[in-house]
Amino acid sequence: MSKVVRVNPIACEAHGLCAELLPERITLDEWGYPIVDPTPVTGELERHARRAVAVCPTLALLLAEAGRRSPVTD
Amino acid sequence: MSATRVRPEPALVAAPQSLPRLLAGLPPGDRPVTLDEHLARYGSVRDGGKSRSLIDLVEASGLQGRGGAAFPTATKLRAVAGRRGRPVVVVNGTEGEPASGKDKVLLRCVPHLVLDGAVAAAEAVGAREAFVAVADGATAESAAVAEAIDSRRRRKLDGRVTLRLVDVPDRFVAGEETALVQFLNGGPAAKPTFTPPRPFERGVGGAPTLVQNAETLAHVAQIARFGPSWFRKVGTASEPGSILVTLSGAVARPGVYEVALGSPLRDLLAQAGGVREDVQAYLVGGYFGTWVHADRATALRLSEAEVSLGARAIVALPARTCGLAETARIARYLSDEGAGQCGPCVHGLGAIADALERLAAGDRTDRRDRIERWVAAVRGRGACHHPDGASRFAASALEVFADEVELHLRHGRCSGSRR
Repeated sequence: MSKVVRVNPIACEAHGLCAELLPERITLDEWGYPIVDPTPVTGELERHARRAVAVCPTLALLLAEAGRRSPVTD
Repeated sequence: MSATRVRPEPALVAAPQSLPRLLAGLPPGDRPVTLDEHLARYGSVRDGGKSRSLIDLVEASGLQGRGGAAFPTATKLRAVAGRRGRPVVVVNGTEGEPASGKDKVLLRCVPHLVLDGAVAAAEAVGAREAFVAVADGATAESAAVAEAIDSRRRRKLDGRVTLRLVDVPDRFVAGEETALVQFLNGGPAAKPTFTPPRPFERGVGGAPTLVQNAETLAHVAQIARFGPSWFRKVGTASEPGSILVTLSGAVARPGVYEVALGSPLRDLLAQAGGVREDVQAYLVGGYFGTWVHADRATALRLSEAEVSLGARAIVALPARTCGLAETARIARYLSDEGAGQCGPCVHGLGAIADALERLAAGDRTDRRDRIERWVAAVRGRGACHHPDGASRFAASALEVFADEVELHLRHGRCSGSRR
């Protein structure tokens, strides 16, 4: 199952480390909050993604399974 | 418990053959329909639909949620019923949308219809508890619901299902599903949470939780009584049934109207006595809605296929009012009413509101493309859909009032206010 990067926007405090460690998927908006590219991360990139997840000071970054959506959303 | 249950006589009343349905038989004077009056009109909700399960009936009816997202109600019922553990039902009657008053009308005037739906849904998913969430400023609605719950309890009408009234802070985001669940779980506030788990998985007290809008449950009550084919006699094949619409602004008789899904906006306006003066645009769907130019609005049908109906609130904007000033006012409201939790929503909506206020005031410092960039940038970046709704609203304003934006930016003036 391939993985995608997700941000918990409530926990995120715009430290910006994720964008430095994973520029392939994460850029910052003008207030410093991450804009995430939902393209799955594989291989080498997944390793970088894991590092970015690990160093986020507020644990706001996570790796989630791609394409898994809840059957009930609104 | 069921042995002591007082069963009313089976209802002999016929299903309403025309509109209004939900608002049929309202007593004069804006007072609640009493339990006796309600039972005389509908009988007990248990008398109908014995041969098929309620969820099957709702599925066959094609009912979609009336809270704004238009999600299929049966899918939600099934998702909750299929979870392990005893579920909880939450009636969402908070109606934080300022332009909307339709759920309040139901709670205030026909509380038993909403409660019938809540009890039917609770029994269908196996819940024993149903919380009725009402905004804490809505005193008439709270009183009507409290009295309705009392009289049902005295008659032991609802078997094993216990109804509880809960006052919820009167904030725009408080009615968002996860915010409501967080509040019912004891706080810290009625603010959205980062999902998953979603309420149907783990909600109130950790139980699978069915959160349904008050109007949706009123429809469930009628579907349980009159069946899915009756329900489908009104509306379109893909969007069946009637909806309550709150109409305000420059119309002769503002108020809550019941119309068929797919019916022309024109007909609704006629019901309300037409417009009072020239109208330049309609805000369709409330504060998360979209502006529709008056030229296009005459042919508009009230269908999700044509325009997102959102909270089913429609505001007629007079031609003499500046559309950008009204947009700025609402954008500021949405910025202030955010939960203040997610950075992109806090900063983005704040920046959009600031820029729209400058623009409306004739300050020419902003550029259209910068505002558009912010409007696009906040989309999908919150824990809930608050920034998405605000973004949709602002984007439609920039499109529908494009000429006005030009005029303000180039000349610092406004056609509406004729400064």
